Amino acid sequence: MRRVFILLVVAGFGVIFAGLVAGYGERQTLSALATFYLTEVPADLGAANVVTGILISFRGFDTLGEVAVLFMVAASVGVILASEPGDKPLLLPAIGGKGQGPSELVRNGAEVVLPLIFLFGTYVIMNGHLSAGGGFQGGAVVASGVMLMMLAYPTGPLHHGFLSITEALAGVFYVSIGILGMVLGGGFLDSHILPRGDFGTLISAGAIPLISILLGIKVGAELSVIIDRFRS
Amino acid sequence: MLEMLILLVCGSILVSGVLAVMLNNLMAAMVSAGLASLFAAASYVLLAAPDVAMAEAAIGSGLATLIFLYAIRKTSGDVTDE
Repeated sequence: MRRVFILLVVAGFGVIFAGLVAGYGERQTLSALATFYLTEVPADLGAANVVTGILISFRGFDTLGEVAVLFMVAASVGVILASEPGDKPLLLPAIGGKGQGPSELVRNGAEVVLPLIFLFGTYVIMNGHLSAGGGFQGGAVVASGVMLMMLAYPTGPLHHGFLSITEALAGVFYVSIGILGMVLGGGFLDSHILPRGDFGTLISAGAIPLISILLGIKVGAELSVIIDRFRS
Repeated sequence: MLEMLILLVCGSILVSGVLAVMLNNLMAAMVSAGLASLFAAASYVLLAAPDVAMAEAAIGSGLATLIFLYAIRKTSGDVTDE
């Protein structure tokens, strides 16, 4: 009886998706909204990367909401996995028995790769308005670097409190810039509060790089806190 | 040519997804799930969305896989689930 029901549900989904697939046709021209974005983002905001321009300026409030969701996740993970202060962090080698330290390969590899990962993450954050990427993506890259650091040095110098404070400060500055946009510019998170600068240079596109950097710091710290919670 | 490549990558997503469900060894299943995410990131690059691909590669195949790894360790269900 139950199986028949499940089969019926799956078949129903199949019918819905078959309709979607059959009716799909690739657009040959841009929609009106896409045309607006493609002309307006470089001209009005001065950002060469249209995606980041949209994410941080036109939909900046959305991005703030995303970061807030991430913060909620970090907080609830902390509540669920709250550990005693005396607990030692789990020594987790990539492969191997419990309680062993990280393997030679992980430790030496991390020494070579870690600076490159952090450099790449910073590059992605700083050049968010010029090339692919932006605060969110760069923050995720930095967090994956932190993850490798935690794997290679389980008793490493990374403090939970430091991450939390960094994250909180970045969030406060993010919202402050948003409010500054309301006071000086045209609305919450308006990027026109700083001069637009020369198109395509590192310091340009108004407040977009600044917001991108804060976003990157916040996302990186948040994801690192989540991983740190799982570790302890 | 590009269509063939995209189809190949999408097929790889399917295969690694099915493997992630079918494999009995939890560690292997987890790696397979991460692989599905990595192929998804590759398909985003092929479909000209490098911004999304970067987030998918870092979060989907990196961080999520590691969190699963920690969870498996914590529940000490190393090998089988039956």
